[in-house]
Amino acid sequence: MRTALSSLSLLEPESLPEALSMLRDAPGVTPLAGGTDLYVSLNFGTLPDTRFLDLSRIGSLRDIRLQKDVVSIGALSTYTDLLRSPLVAERVPILASAAREIGGVQIQNRGTLGGNVANGSPAGDTLPVLAAADAVVVLESARGARRVPFGEFYTGYRQSVRRGDELIVAIEIPAIHGRQWFRKVGTRAAQAISKVVMAAVRSSPPRIALGSVAPTVVRLPLTEASLAASGSIEEARRVLAREIHPIDDLRSTAAYRRRVAENLLAQFWRETS
Amino acid sequence: MKRLLDVLREDFGLTGTKEGCGEGECGACTVLIGGEAVNSCLIPFAQVRDCAVTTIEGLTGAGALQEAFIREGGAQCGICTPGMILAAAALPAGADLDQIRRGLAGNICRCTGYEGIYRSIRGAAQSPSSPE
Repeated sequence: MRTALSSLSLLEPESLPEALSMLRDAPGVTPLAGGTDLYVSLNFGTLPDTRFLDLSRIGSLRDIRLQKDVVSIGALSTYTDLLRSPLVAERVPILASAAREIGGVQIQNRGTLGGNVANGSPAGDTLPVLAAADAVVVLESARGARRVPFGEFYTGYRQSVRRGDELIVAIEIPAIHGRQWFRKVGTRAAQAISKVVMAAVRSSPPRIALGSVAPTVVRLPLTEASLAASGSIEEARRVLAREIHPIDDLRSTAAYRRRVAENLLAQFWRETS
Repeated sequence: MKRLLDVLREDFGLTGTKEGCGEGECGACTVLIGGEAVNSCLIPFAQVRDCAVTTIEGLTGAGALQEAFIREGGAQCGICTPGMILAAAALPAGADLDQIRRGLAGNICRCTGYEGIYRSIRGAAQSPSSPE
């Protein structure tokens, strides 16, 4: 552990209103949910944050329920909760597919959906699912709640529109019409950070999202429009190759990612026809 | 903000729980919270207030599992073994090979090649005093 723990402080609210008051009075405090990302940075000594807000006692943020036709998932729902939820299995099976491929069981038992969104890694495995599902992020502060379309949530690499006094309290997923598809490509099945991850819906027009090919998760509006207009997968592959701008990094190369993204697009189109 | 792992090892002297990677990749620090496997290197001690935490020292009823690891060559250098046994103890009764592989995907062993470990877990399930 390279971070001096004695220099850190932890607030421990017992309820959501209490947590929101604490955030109002000390904006910029870092919310702590499952800890599966935060403690990795703490261990490496690379986390600049020193004040934390433990959310683990706010049980109300762990519900998964249907409101009219919208699946509302409490931000503290763990990946294991998602895997066990009949609602998720029935309505958003690609979210369960993503949860199943995150870490190992130990990570799935602690890591949360809200934490994956808040952490905002470009490789976050649930994020392409939320992008393809046209999800909505519910933010709450002591002043009230607001709903942000997932496509407007991120403003840059690990940057979002969440204010320092706001908490991600839920993710809402509207009814999805059309076959859902998900595939993660990594070094091995478990415990691997994605080289490329795709989630897609065979709706009209199709909705396609990719992770690990840009500073944030991205939707591919040009590729979607190309498929909707011509239905030609060859043409859509060419559009996709121009639409994404992956980089070389320690996990993969830009060329590999572009090729795999094209292949995933073709596989999605073939398997959902 | 202290890690559960450090409280177990340093404050309680329960050194059966190992630190491997310190980043949730290797599973050597696996313990059970409420019967579910977790990485104790990623858990703030504050989050286990009022929780039942089980370490390798307190794993009762798992004698068959531990004996099977000895009998079937499931342990070699041993540093991953406590985590492997706890992850195995969290598996559903009668888990098949695919469930065992998935349940232990978060536990890395650099010695055995896993076959001995899977054999041990399957062997324990077939012996009369199977784990809780």
